[in-house]
Amino acid sequence: MTTLLSLVVLLPLIGAATALVFRPRPVQRTLSFVTLGTSLVAATSVLVDAWSNDAMHVVRMGGWPGSFAITFVADRLASVMVVIALTVTLLVLVYSVGQKSAGERSAFYHPVYMVMSAGISQAFLAGDLFNLFVAFEILLMASYVLLTLEGSDAQIRAGTTYVVLNVIESMVLVTAVGLIFAATGTVSMAELPARLAALPDGTRIGLQLLLLVAFGIKAAVFPLFFWLPDSYPTAPSSVSAVFAGLLTKVGVYCLIRTQTLLFPGELNDLIVVVGALTMALGVLGAISHTDMKRILSFHIVSQIGYMVFGLGIGGTAAIAATIFYLIHHIPVKTSLFLVEGIIERDSGSSSFDAVSGLARRSPAFAAMFLVPALSLAGLPPLSGFLAKFAIVRAGVDSEQWVAVAVALAVSLLTLVSMTKIWVGAFWGDVEPAASVGVGILRRHALMSMATALVVVLSLAIAVGAGPLYDFANKAAEQILDVAGYVTAVKS
Amino acid sequence: MTSPEHPKDVSNSGGARNPSDIVRSAIFDELVDRWLSKVAVLVAIYVTFRGHNAPGGGFAGGLIVGGVFVLQYLTGREPHVRFRTILHPTRLLGFGLLLALGTTVTPLFVGATPLESHIWKLDVPLIGEVKIVSSMFFDLGVFFVVVAVVLMILLSLGTRQSTVFGDEDIA
Repeated sequence: MTTLLSLVVLLPLIGAATALVFRPRPVQRTLSFVTLGTSLVAATSVLVDAWSNDAMHVVRMGGWPGSFAITFVADRLASVMVVIALTVTLLVLVYSVGQKSAGERSAFYHPVYMVMSAGISQAFLAGDLFNLFVAFEILLMASYVLLTLEGSDAQIRAGTTYVVLNVIESMVLVTAVGLIFAATGTVSMAELPARLAALPDGTRIGLQLLLLVAFGIKAAVFPLFFWLPDSYPTAPSSVSAVFAGLLTKVGVYCLIRTQTLLFPGELNDLIVVVGALTMALGVLGAISHTDMKRILSFHIVSQIGYMVFGLGIGGTAAIAATIFYLIHHIPVKTSLFLVEGIIERDSGSSSFDAVSGLARRSPAFAAMFLVPALSLAGLPPLSGFLAKFAIVRAGVDSEQWVAVAVALAVSLLTLVSMTKIWVGAFWGDVEPAASVGVGILRRHALMSMATALVVVLSLAIAVGAGPLYDFANKAAEQILDVAGYVTAVKS
Repeated sequence: MTSPEHPKDVSNSGGARNPSDIVRSAIFDELVDRWLSKVAVLVAIYVTFRGHNAPGGGFAGGLIVGGVFVLQYLTGREPHVRFRTILHPTRLLGFGLLLALGTTVTPLFVGATPLESHIWKLDVPLIGEVKIVSSMFFDLGVFFVVVAVVLMILLSLGTRQSTVFGDEDIA
């Protein structure tokens, strides 16, 4: 298990290094698929073990004792996140090969993509705060390159905002880690709970706020979300799909981790308020735009709000709902961006001015958009309904009436803006320029196949919601059991 | 490398040059080429290998060698030729990463945790006991990565992205 767990992170890095040495494109593609695929297999076996044997796997790099080592911890939540992240990265890789974009043709696309995947996995598995910071840096560096790889003017401009914002985020994060080390003498997540609890209240809240700001920028919560709808839409669709599906979720995951493990039950009211505002402002932004990619980018913000709200409520039920939301949201959001990418590739734009009548041209393609879109809005029986229902129920149970009302209203507005995309791009007459004989699906077979698989993944979450929800419950119980984490990691 | 020639170096493409400039630049060339680079490389090797127990290591050593390349770049005469012939920086970067990661995963094959290091002690005639630590290979990997990154930065300066790392770059 030690070997498997370390390989999840190390294999993509080795793949990246090899792809830099042997640069013909077929070799690079093969390397990407093989290393990410193998990592996925390794991660899945860790997950199966975590699910069935109730085991928490710990790897200490270099054989150093306790808090001196680089520690990887795979509990239920971490291992499920790694598995779903690798699955999505792999499917998006298939898509990006089919997309034939300028980005994918660069000799750096595949190495950097693998490095990003390693960074994401490492962030989920990190067992100490500094290691977490390093993981963030790895995935951010890679994301800078991926965002600006095609080098268009819009990308460079948006990339500048993105880089500056994320450098600030890194700075806040590393400052927070440094101050935590200064205050407690450790960065190990297993030693921190006890030592943080011993600190004076003021110091502890200060440290918590710093971490909240750092992860809040990454997760794009109110009021730190403005960079996201600005930068994500300029990236190539395959890249923005991964960013949308995974990178912000890493921020949310870290929020969950630190809130449950390091600062249990503190500042929850603030987090609920932030969550509600994030939901509301995100969806209002989405309604005001007419470009599909921008609408979808604002939806990321609004959906993040739900997860933050769930986290703020606290308690096993709410955390379980948040985890379920997190899991459901990754494939849903990714598939929407992938659909958008196909439209953009087919019509040259994703603005409503340029696209219409897609439903008439290809009903199957329209279905690939409709399923995740309705799921995002929270219509039964899709996974989004279950996720939203669980969050709202937890909110009702804890009597957060205002936030619950916001959540319901936002859900409705999400549906409104999805309808807007539907009416704008899918209904109406077929654009004469686009009405070439071949269907959309056949012309972009590889991209469509990858997108369909992501949609199927999100449907599978709806179908398997029962067992998955049980799993989320168990994962929530596990991460709320701070003492259990501490003994498992220390021993 | 099959990529087209880089844009002509601006500092050399000017018309008539002041004779004193030429003399100064020749002295600078001579200094960098004949003395500084060689001494610096020796220092870099020393710094890299003492890194296990003393200040230094692959990162510092790589930066010193990188500094040599920067100086050569500043002399301005055919700035790219010198390092292109050795190994393309991208490949060097990959090689360095592979060396470091190889050192990371090798312990897994003998049942230890990643990054764990092993110490060999050899008796070499005349010198005496020599201690070799497996983490030295990691450090060497870092060394190559740093050198490669400096070279990549130098190659990118003043060019458009596509001319350095674009499609034609892929064999």
